[in-house]
Amino acid sequence: MFELLGIPPQALFGQLLLGLINGSFYALLSLGLAVIFGLLNIINFSHGAQYMMGAFVAWMALTWLGIPYWGALVIVPLVVGATGVVIERLMISKLYHLDHLYGLLLTFGLALIIQGLFRNQFGVSGLPYSIPPQLSGGTNLGFMFLPNYRGWVVLASLVVCFGTWFAIERTRLGAYLRAATENPTLVGAFGINVPRMITLTYGFGVALAAFAGVLAAPIYSVNPNMGADLIIVVFAVVVIGGMGSILGAILTGFGLGIVEGLTKVFYPEASSVAIFVIMAIVLLVKPAGLFGRTA
Amino acid sequence: MSASTETTYASASAAMPIGTPRHHIIIFAGLLVLLLIAPYVLYPVFIMKILCFALFASALNLLLGFGGLLSFGHAAFFGSASYVTAHAAKVWGLTPEVSILLGTVAAAFLGLVIGALAIRRQGIYFAMVTLAFAQMIFFFALQAPFTGGEDGIQAVPRGDLFGFIPLANDMTLYFVVLAIVFGGLLAIYRIIHSPFGQVLKAIRDNEPRSISLGYKVNRYKLAVFVMSATLAGMAGATKALVFQLASLTDVYWSMSGEVVLMTLLGGMGTIFGPFVGAAVIVTMQNYFASFGAWVTVLQGTIFVVSVLLFREGIIGVLSRWLKKPL
Repeated sequence: MFELLGIPPQALFGQLLLGLINGSFYALLSLGLAVIFGLLNIINFSHGAQYMMGAFVAWMALTWLGIPYWGALVIVPLVVGATGVVIERLMISKLYHLDHLYGLLLTFGLALIIQGLFRNQFGVSGLPYSIPPQLSGGTNLGFMFLPNYRGWVVLASLVVCFGTWFAIERTRLGAYLRAATENPTLVGAFGINVPRMITLTYGFGVALAAFAGVLAAPIYSVNPNMGADLIIVVFAVVVIGGMGSILGAILTGFGLGIVEGLTKVFYPEASSVAIFVIMAIVLLVKPAGLFGRTA
Repeated sequence: MSASTETTYASASAAMPIGTPRHHIIIFAGLLVLLLIAPYVLYPVFIMKILCFALFASALNLLLGFGGLLSFGHAAFFGSASYVTAHAAKVWGLTPEVSILLGTVAAAFLGLVIGALAIRRQGIYFAMVTLAFAQMIFFFALQAPFTGGEDGIQAVPRGDLFGFIPLANDMTLYFVVLAIVFGGLLAIYRIIHSPFGQVLKAIRDNEPRSISLGYKVNRYKLAVFVMSATLAGMAGATKALVFQLASLTDVYWSMSGEVVLMTLLGGMGTIFGPFVGAAVIVTMQNYFASFGAWVTVLQGTIFVVSVLLFREGIIGVLSRWLKKPL
């Protein structure tokens, strides 16, 4: 069989797929961050913890209540999103008149609390969550073997990302949202309940993180630290993509996942720092990010 | 600097006038006396831990409280300095003062590189960029051949100061650490109360106005970033000798969070706040260590409560009650 640059194609496509899957999570999480940042102007540091919560709640739903994967995919984002609504109402809404850094610090504190609680309850060893039977097995694509579940993750992420982009950029509700980011007072004067919209936006962003968590549960072991390191990579993705743009979050997320996968093929030692190196280069050349409008 | 400009500075920021108010001298003197007595009453290593973190938090506060720049990646400087110092002392067999100096210089250099890139973004982006770079340093520490990976560098020899004063004794080391940390605190105090510090506060309070006044804002930001990184490195280097250990914990992002918490709890933008914050958090960690992950929950709760209800911090509140800058 043919070889590309001395790398066997199985290894290359395998890492590309792995990159694409990581990219799916980067895209979903940076999309959630971008949605929340757009309207609330808050960097949601607890995003990683909320992603972890999604995976755990899915595990709890299956183990304690017998709710299978497909049910969890719908219910978990709603449940975790609801906790987001409560957090926004009780805490974040008190900070809008302050410097943005307080929002970052508050959500950082929340992340510590959530991670600590889950660590106390479940330890750090990780819990298994099996792939739903409908998606077990794999498909032979001729050049590589594609596990069905992984294909589903990429597909689901693409659909949700596109749906969110469409809702924000192409619908009336999205137009209200975008208008409210520009001028909340004016939009409020038109009779739109801006505070409620802000609350629901936060809930939606958190639900996106939880949805990513449910998707991740069968791939990675469900453990309290699963969001902690991921969130920082996602921050780098956000800096590279530029926070102003929904499309930027999605494209950069997938793109960097793939770049990371390719690095793993050609120079494995650098794979965990590849994204940060790209961030440094982008900061030098285009400080506002690849898709960012203003710095 | 002419006398007239100096008065303008003084009147412009009534809260923190140039020169040294008498109560600051008294507090510094009292603190020094307290710290000279402390090792005879408490376990010296415990106080040295507080001292190292007090310097670390004060270094962050120089950047955050006075420069208005929230770095969420200061563990990078603290941690890499501790690695360099540990390596210099253990593998190269250098004397403690040279090892600490090397660690501090390494942190300064790293601060220059990361700072030059990070100041290109503002506000929360700045925080995210510093955090991301710190994570890059973390991965480097995890994989580089000389850092010992998960084990870190252990059993670092404390060596002999200047080649003839052995530091193996906790008491001897204590007074060396005290000298380093107190020197660092005084340096920070001096920086804050210099004309440079006044410009810094102007940039913090109103960056566009500072630019229109002709200040090269980015140069000031970079300068304070490097100073803060250097002092954080000095704290990390000292810590490596005290505990004879450099490990991944020093460079992990939760360390960056912890030092922000110390600053916030003690009082951002106050002089003595970070010291108090460090003392509180380190004491808490020492006494609650047996509760395991509940310490994380407690720290998170302190974060949330501080942000929601207690933004001025301990010393900030005290300062308001006494109507004096502390």
